[in-house]
Amino acid sequence: MPLDNTESQTRKFKVIGTRPIRPDGIDKVTGRARFGADAVAPGMLIGRVLRSPHAHARIKSIDYSKAMKLAGVKAVVTKDDFPDKTDGDAALYDVLYNVMAREKALYEGHAVAAVAATSAAIAKQALKLIKVDYEVLPHVTDVDEAMKPNAPVLHSKIFTDGVEPKPKKASNVVRRYEFGHGDVDAGFKRADIVIERHFRTEATHQGYIEPHACLANVGPDGQGELWVCTQGHFMVRDTCARLLGMDITKLRVTASEIGGGFGGKTTVFIEPVALALSRKANRPVKVVMSREEVFKATGPTSSSSIDVKIGCTKDGRIVAGDATLRYQGGAFPGSPVEFGAMTAFAQYDLENVRAVGYDVVANRPKQAAYRAPGAPMANFAVESVIEEMAHKVGMEPIDFRIKNAAREGTHSSYGPVYGPIGLLATLQKAREHPHFRAPLGKNQGRGMACGFWFNFGGQSCVTLNVGVDGTVGLVTGSPDIGGSRASMCLMAAEELGIPYDKVRSVVADTGSLGYNDVTDGSRTTFATGMACILAARDAIKKLCARAAQIWGIPEDAVVWENGHARPAGANAGNFEPMSLKEIAAQAPSTGGPIAGHHEYSADGAGVSFATHICDSEVDPETGFTKILRYTVLQDAGKAIHPSYVEGQFQGGAVQGIGWALNEEYIYGKDGRLQNAGFLDYRIPVCSDLPMIDTVILEIPNPGHPYGVRGVGETSIVPPLAAVANSVSAAVGVRMTETPISPPKLLKALESLGGMKKAAE
Amino acid sequence: MRYERPNTLQAASQLLAKEKGSAYVLAGGTDLLVRLRTGFVEPDLIVDIKRVAVTRTIAKGATGWKIGAAVTGAELGENAALKKAWPGVVEAANLIGSKQVQGRCTMTGNLCNASPAADSVPALVAAGAKAVIVGPKGRRTIPVEQVPVGPGKTSLKKGEIIESLLLPARPARSGDAYLRFIPRTEMDIAVVGVGVSLTLDAKGVVKDARVALGAVAPTVLLVPEAAKAIIGTKLDARAMDALAAACSAACKPIDDKRGTKDYRIKVAGVLAKRAARIALDRAKGSK
Amino acid sequence: MSAVTVNAKINGDPVEFVCEPDETLLDVLRNRLGMTGAKEGCSTGDCGACSVTIDGRLTCSCLVLGAEVEGLNIGTIEGMANGEKLHPLQKKFLEHAALQCGVCTPGFLVAAKSLLDHNPKPTETEVRFALAGNLCRCTGYDKIVRAVMDAAAEMRRA
Repeated sequence: MPLDNTESQTRKFKVIGTRPIRPDGIDKVTGRARFGADAVAPGMLIGRVLRSPHAHARIKSIDYSKAMKLAGVKAVVTKDDFPDKTDGDAALYDVLYNVMAREKALYEGHAVAAVAATSAAIAKQALKLIKVDYEVLPHVTDVDEAMKPNAPVLHSKIFTDGVEPKPKKASNVVRRYEFGHGDVDAGFKRADIVIERHFRTEATHQGYIEPHACLANVGPDGQGELWVCTQGHFMVRDTCARLLGMDITKLRVTASEIGGGFGGKTTVFIEPVALALSRKANRPVKVVMSREEVFKATGPTSSSSIDVKIGCTKDGRIVAGDATLRYQGGAFPGSPVEFGAMTAFAQYDLENVRAVGYDVVANRPKQAAYRAPGAPMANFAVESVIEEMAHKVGMEPIDFRIKNAAREGTHSSYGPVYGPIGLLATLQKAREHPHFRAPLGKNQGRGMACGFWFNFGGQSCVTLNVGVDGTVGLVTGSPDIGGSRASMCLMAAEELGIPYDKVRSVVADTGSLGYNDVTDGSRTTFATGMACILAARDAIKKLCARAAQIWGIPEDAVVWENGHARPAGANAGNFEPMSLKEIAAQAPSTGGPIAGHHEYSADGAGVSFATHICDSEVDPETGFTKILRYTVLQDAGKAIHPSYVEGQFQGGAVQGIGWALNEEYIYGKDGRLQNAGFLDYRIPVCSDLPMIDTVILEIPNPGHPYGVRGVGETSIVPPLAAVANSVSAAVGVRMTETPISPPKLLKALESLGGMKKAAE
Repeated sequence: MRYERPNTLQAASQLLAKEKGSAYVLAGGTDLLVRLRTGFVEPDLIVDIKRVAVTRTIAKGATGWKIGAAVTGAELGENAALKKAWPGVVEAANLIGSKQVQGRCTMTGNLCNASPAADSVPALVAAGAKAVIVGPKGRRTIPVEQVPVGPGKTSLKKGEIIESLLLPARPARSGDAYLRFIPRTEMDIAVVGVGVSLTLDAKGVVKDARVALGAVAPTVLLVPEAAKAIIGTKLDARAMDALAAACSAACKPIDDKRGTKDYRIKVAGVLAKRAARIALDRAKGSK
Repeated sequence: MSAVTVNAKINGDPVEFVCEPDETLLDVLRNRLGMTGAKEGCSTGDCGACSVTIDGRLTCSCLVLGAEVEGLNIGTIEGMANGEKLHPLQKKFLEHAALQCGVCTPGFLVAAKSLLDHNPKPTETEVRFALAGNLCRCTGYDKIVRAVMDAAAEMRRA
């Protein structure tokens, strides 16, 4: 890759690191920005989905003849409209099955049919006229229960992978993973102190404020359009086309503005349904989920059950770490337990480490990615034990962590050897931070935790068009979920040497640009950003060529500096430097339009680490926990737009705080979700929180010309443990289950009181 | 579904009485619209009473306060005199939902929604509030605790509408308070709620008290044993413990998604003490 | 259903619309009047994304029937800027990067304006409680609170 990897260390930036207003800002503060549900089309129908009321049921028959007779109903679809075209691709078949139930409904909320009608009211009425004959089956929603030999089995085709010998009996355990190195048993023999604990985390939802929405318009010739809020419209296009047997390029998908995703909009739910309805009715069909549908039928994250055992010597050196993680990922394979096992010990420099993960299915909605998928649960377990161990050794938790922290050259717990990383820098900065020494009052405590996330590169494709007036149109295919347009413009402006406000970026539809991976894995600023830089460099080459042509000198005798082409040296000739604007103005007569382009699959993503400090106060009579102060210190590699980097730190931390304290999927004995709304699924509100302080560290990623690492996900990894550790410091009970809800905490406090009394 | 907006309560009452299908009164709508939207109710008729002048006014008379059925939480909070007389009631009403919900929600709606966890109801019951009901057979006035009879059910008969709520005039040396427990700081339904209203004699001894609990039984509970525990005391530690014990003993809660039985029983006592402390301070500060 | 004809004002402009009696004001704004600035995040009054004012009083438009607003004045996000001049809150939200995805932003702005109309000098705690009915899942609220306090300060100076 033509990158000068040391450049990020020495380069003086002009616009990178400034905080300009985002290009799409005005639209978003005036209500003009068009999100998923904001589109209309002539002759549009409204689509609604009928969902299973049962957690597990065989679908014996579906009769929709009465619904079709209702005036205004134009189409009904069931599994029969989704024949299996997945050609042996098991993961795609699972998507198909999740989109529309086939022989069985596997969770409450599983789609079983859908209608398109001339109004929402008629569509709603039509759903009531569809008769589904169910044979209700025993269900299981708990991960440990689902692993038991006598548990109801969801799929007859799952025989646990990764164990020897391979079982002959179907079960809910999809696969066993193992990561690590060294000899864990030998390590524990050397340990002076061993702590072993069991942890559980309940499932949480990404909780984006915008429900899934799309508007499909397909003709009988198989050509179509889809407007959709998604993190990846190219993924939506390819998946939908494959599921419905359409030609990929005949389906043009446009990404609307997206009202949050956090990983939850990286797959399809209603999109193939809307397309199938539209194709059948031969009219545009809009489908918008209700909030209840979002909770019941999209992809929350896994619940988990985790055992962690860590051993260390008297002087505070960890000699062995061992973890067993069990994640249920809903009704289909693919829980993020693999990432959980990989990340569990990633922040430590360990000689002997092992993490075993079990991917488990249960009668819950198919999980989807949620910000650093799989890592927060594993981190909660490990960082809780680390904190407890530090106390037992008699060290300050921060010193214990510094002593054992992963650093450059560490053989990571999941395999690779780390290059330059920022964990120690975040810890040292944490120790210097005023928060770290601030006084605490009664029933108040301070906890901390360190977290890790890989970050990701992937496919990006960018075109950069130079206008004759010297402005630049930047065309990317990565949905802008949190201000990335601004970062893209900053990077292009930096390369070209022109002001930020001369660059305008658009997120192009799938017909206008090559494939771009989903906006996930904290990849966009890194990978699409680097594509912007490389597209700008491509444009610069062409701009220099035009200048050479105008001057009548060889192309390689022209260099680009400060937004101008100028002769490379005295020998090249004596010409006044030409600005981008001047060259662009002559483009029509020097060979036509000037554009740069870059397409690639980026590697070299830089891992990122964070240290979080949390102060909380617990009301010992009610178990209420108030977060008093919270500080995030994270390595960004390079902060392109620091405000949006801080925003990622703060947003992730608060999602983690919600996960730690109050958010959870609550199931009844009937396997039905009891809190499918924002009233009882309690995401943090404004008055629950203090300001979230941030410290951005910049340890450059050698894989990016400016040193960018991803920043979006690491911030949700440490909060569960940081909060739990602070609660433990406040009132002396170690909470091993999330959410640390008031009833659970009060119960723990009472049993602690009982123990104290017994000891007296 | 029909929507009607009569100008008098008599007309509203007639519309409700005549309707053969299901009919609902609409004031603030913050509960009704949610039920409508989620398909929980499918009314044939909605009668909007907000254009009836009497439902929109707060009036102070010699015997006390009269609060119209459609007076919003925000309007209650802006009425300084009412807030001074019955701070616990106003605070409780102001705890319902967000600022947005406060712009619409009403205490009468909170009462008629008949949720055991309604925030304003324990405060109203503790305050000894009464409901003025208008119906086909004329007017009647009943204590507010007689309105809800079970979750989602009221004692109102077909065609009956609550016109207003009456709060007694405040005796000297009186104070009231309402506290609830929620896991967040806002936007939640009470896991436990406690309303306390008390009056002191000249020596600072509690001579009269009413204590009511929310979210610990199918309806809001008036707990005479809790009042008995503090009447005749200066709310010393022993009286406080007795109050807490009486409140906990009166609870008949369930385990649900919002809290456990044990938790509710325990926290009812904790909040009763805290609410009593606030009510006491207010009584001492009032003239 | 018997449709209802309603005359009201939206951002000062007279409007006449016909709606079904069970349609919410949010439905009317979005589907009948093409004003999609108010968003539907929950339809139960729990997220605040559909915030509007009615006769100056903040409310969730998902909790109001369209039929109810006869003769009333509705204020929406579309009426917040004065021509090309942004309201100080809109400006400060941009300067502070107080939005990431932006879907909650119209609701926050309407609610924040309502707060500042009633309380020009709110404390941080007052801002936080006044905005507790607006959910934001991206920002952790930090930059939103800062933007509101900064806008309030600027409006006091003006």
